[in-house]
Amino acid sequence: MPSKQEILDLQFIEARHKLLDLAAFLDRIDRHPGDDDYRIGALRKALPILLAGRPDRTRAILEALSDPTTEPIPQAAFQGAFGAPPRLTAHNGAQRHGGAD
Amino acid sequence: MRYIEPHAHMVSRTTDDYEKLALAGCEAVCEPAFWAGFDRSSADGFYDYFRQLTEHEPKRAAKYGIKHFSWLCINPKEADDPVFAREVMGLIPEFLQCPTVLGIGEIGLNKNTRNELAIFEEHVQLALDHDLPILMHTPHLEDKLKGTRLMLASLANFSQLDRSKVIIDHVEEHTVPLVLDAGYWAGMTLYPDSKCSLDRAIDILEIYGPERLWLNSACDWGVADPLAVPRCALRMKQRRHTAADIERVVYQNPRDFLAQSPGFVA
Repeated sequence: MPSKQEILDLQFIEARHKLLDLAAFLDRIDRHPGDDDYRIGALRKALPILLAGRPDRTRAILEALSDPTTEPIPQAAFQGAFGAPPRLTAHNGAQRHGGAD
Repeated sequence: MRYIEPHAHMVSRTTDDYEKLALAGCEAVCEPAFWAGFDRSSADGFYDYFRQLTEHEPKRAAKYGIKHFSWLCINPKEADDPVFAREVMGLIPEFLQCPTVLGIGEIGLNKNTRNELAIFEEHVQLALDHDLPILMHTPHLEDKLKGTRLMLASLANFSQLDRSKVIIDHVEEHTVPLVLDAGYWAGMTLYPDSKCSLDRAIDILEIYGPERLWLNSACDWGVADPLAVPRCALRMKQRRHTAADIERVVYQNPRDFLAQSPGFVA
């Protein structure tokens, strides 16, 4: 198994790039006009997990971005997914993930 | 490096992709029945699709020295109308006689509806009736955790089910322990901007070990990379995984699971 130093050598620049992209995305949302929706709230709520001293940050973020309900729903209003659990009221124009698989 | 692509939707890919797979060392590709990007209007559309999977794609793959196998079902996105779904399911037994059909898949849930769950359970029974393996889809994004839990609870009611003959695909960090702890196989799908990245999949392998895990590209008509599996193998090498460890995940594990199907020949 590679050492921490070797992982840093292999992936630090990539991680730095992704961190900057996330920061730029949040800046962009702030800068542009109009209202955001529940997705940005879900993202902001998950961000502190990055700094938590725990070994399962990825799992915790995925859980924070998951539908917390447990029962099957009577009928689907649409086919796709949004990436964060929508509020129970409306989807506020969020664009669905269009992937097939 | 030889490898098996255990989940790819080649009906959506160009012939160039078969050449790329062959150049990368792919020896066999397995294609589950799925959603074509729009809803089919009749069962006849599925009949043609099943013929494409069992007759046309094996010939297209063979031109590049790749074996092609398929899994059959009505996918969960089109299974919310149970009358329509059952009409399509009525076509499947005829195609199960085809020599390259591996089993029932990719069945599962999409939006976690009651109808989807009912049709999922009928597919499981169909597999049991024919003593065939099952390949399961888990829902997208925010629906994955709930859907995985619902399906695991449902499967627990099938007392005659051999869990070693079921693979639950598209697992991520929040679902992989649920699947492995229950005794099923788990598939990790390598997508550019959803499901697992190359490095996250390797993290999962390092944390849980290679047993009952495979990698796939699930390349289809959307954003996907048909070479994701060999790319992940390269990344494993960069992260100092041995050649034997890589071979186990990209070749031996899929071969071992798929060999439970009478139609599979490595």
